[in-house]
Amino acid sequence: MIRLLDEFRCHFAMLRKHTIGLTRIFHTDHLRRSGSQMDTALISKSSSGSMDSYSRRQTSSLALPHQPSRPPRHDQYEISGLTSFYLVVLGGCSSFVIPELCSNYITCILITLAINAILCVSLNLINGYMGEFSVGHAAFMAIGAYGSAIITVKILPLIPFSLSSFLTFPLMVVAGGLLAALVGIPLALLSFKTRGDYLAIITLAFLMIVKSALENISYVGGPRGFLGIPPLTTLPWVYFWAVVTFWIMRHFIHSKWGRSIIAIREDEIAAEAMGVSTRSAKMMTFVISSFFAGIAGGLFAHQIQFINPSSFDILRSTNILVMVYLGGVASLSGSLVGAGVFTILYQILQPLGVWRMVTMPLLLVLLMIFRPRGIMGYQEWSCFKLKE
Amino acid sequence: MDFTPEKQSPILEVSLLNKNFGGMRTIIDLSFELAPKECLGIIGPNGAGKTTLFNLLSGIIRPSSGKILWFHQEIQKKSSSEIVHLGIARTFQNIRLFKQLSVLENIRIAYDIHLTYTPLQALLRTALTREEEKKSAQAAMELLDVFSITSLAHQPAGSLSYGDQRRLEIARALALHPRLLLLDEPAAGMNESEMYQLVELLQWIQKKFHVSMLLIEHHMAFINGLCDRTLVLDFGTLIAQGTLEEIRHDRRVIEAYLGEAVT
Ligand SMILES: Nc1ncnc2c1ncn2[C@@H]1O[C@H](COP(=O)(O)OP(=O)(O)OP(=O)(O)O)[C@@H](O)[C@H]1O
Ligand SMILES: [Mg+2]
Repeated sequence: MIRLLDEFRCHFAMLRKHTIGLTRIFHTDHLRRSGSQMDTALISKSSSGSMDSYSRRQTSSLALPHQPSRPPRHDQYEISGLTSFYLVVLGGCSSFVIPELCSNYITCILITLAINAILCVSLNLINGYMGEFSVGHAAFMAIGAYGSAIITVKILPLIPFSLSSFLTFPLMVVAGGLLAALVGIPLALLSFKTRGDYLAIITLAFLMIVKSALENISYVGGPRGFLGIPPLTTLPWVYFWAVVTFWIMRHFIHSKWGRSIIAIREDEIAAEAMGVSTRSAKMMTFVISSFFAGIAGGLFAHQIQFINPSSFDILRSTNILVMVYLGGVASLSGSLVGAGVFTILYQILQPLGVWRMVTMPLLLVLLMIFRPRGIMGYQEWSCFKLKE
Repeated sequence: MDFTPEKQSPILEVSLLNKNFGGMRTIIDLSFELAPKECLGIIGPNGAGKTTLFNLLSGIIRPSSGKILWFHQEIQKKSSSEIVHLGIARTFQNIRLFKQLSVLENIRIAYDIHLTYTPLQALLRTALTREEEKKSAQAAMELLDVFSITSLAHQPAGSLSYGDQRRLEIARALALHPRLLLLDEPAAGMNESEMYQLVELLQWIQKKFHVSMLLIEHHMAFINGLCDRTLVLDFGTLIAQGTLEEIRHDRRVIEAYLGEAVT
């Protein structure tokens, strides 16, 4: 029996030599094209219209237009695990030093950058890895921001003894995140039933509901906003949260649930046929994503010290979307790059005034035309990978 | 594998299964049984309802009426992923690999069904998680080795040759450690020599993994090499069953195929 098996191997190996040669020649871009040709060939072949081709057609029509072409992965960026650990420590040290040495302005930009990175990576989980299209991310941020602000301003003073903010601040931020995660659950439930464009519309509606709810609750200041939040967000704190976020996200996408949502993005029916429980995978994704958006919201509230419902409108969501698609879909490195480039560009373009509002969308249009998967789409620096 | 039913008792019993799409009856009062370790062939003209039967068995669609018993347990209302967990895996007529993902990732997604760590353990990546992940990666590589596609492990699945894609899909289904494998035209689009290699590979798999099979195929030689018994479907009804030799001389079967050829 074993000899037989070995014989197979020889046969296959010979066959393979040819195919590998061919695939090497038609490397990168042709792959996608030949793949889709095969698809259509398959569909037309089974002209009797079997269930397979039925559902395939359905899902492909639901597949989002932004699904970009993707060359095979390369490992161009090699950083060893130890080096990346040192980098993290170095970053931690400099997050203490920079506020002392540099101007307030620089520190402020860096804080914004870190918050943006958290937002970007959490949205990337849904839009990049799972392949859905959420435009309601600002809503989770709003809930995190309001949640933690309420605790700081209204609830903490009720406690008779005073606690150091060093202890309470992370708890408040986490509370905001948990609140946002809780609100993420109904959205996850809806994602069981709908996909693609329809889910995108639901997330939009969800954002509008949250915003108008906040406008109508006088306890949190209604449309005037929520004042007097203490400035607890410092550079070391946001740096800490950003590292935690990326650390956990990396573990998540390299776990079976991470692979599940990638499988769902590629082909939901095949994913189910591989025993992926699409419901629990989607639930986890929405909960984790909204949790970290809530964290970012809490940090944002304690940076700006003043939040109102209109700071969490569709424009905020759009900005996060720009970061995701600029940096690269389904990539942690991309989320970092996207947040970095966006934040800095946003500052550089400040002198343009109103025209800045035009440059950002224009950038997005150009991006979609020339590099639809973003700077780092589907690629990863090695420090964001996990070795087996 | 650890589950050993009595010798004769069937593992799969389909009784009076019906499926209507709107007004069209695609599967009509279909009943059959499958013994442990048996390989059952399914043939029939185009549109006979073979793939629909597989979709019903694998939970992708629900029957209009009738029962599917798997180890005496009704499964016709279960979801696709639940059925996989019970030990029925399938391949698709129109290959449904995760085309953009690498060959290895395709296998690993299937192998994930055996991993037991909890979400919290995954997020913190505890020792258990790391160990299980490592094992799963190794097991996936070993499986690729059995199918001798190790050298393609890091290629995107969509870039493989047609025959390799079909084999990868079978490997992916086997990674689920099923007791029953549903193969929907596994040799479609293969050339003669690839086909014979596949027959031999499947024979070997049957012996090594003790897996039962339902096999849809148009190539009689392929069925001949693997199955003792074959069902013939036409317009959703079972018109004949038996060995290939018996079927070949069945009047209704000849009519079904010739009838199709004329229209
Ligand atoms: N989801 C669906 N909705 C409506 N009709 C369907 C659906 N799936 C299959 N059918 C119809 O059911 C009939 C049987 O199709 P099925 O794919 O099961 O045939 P088949 O025996 O697998 O044929 P082939 O040999 O071409 O693969 C066809 O007429 C097809 O049009
Ligand atoms: Mg079919």
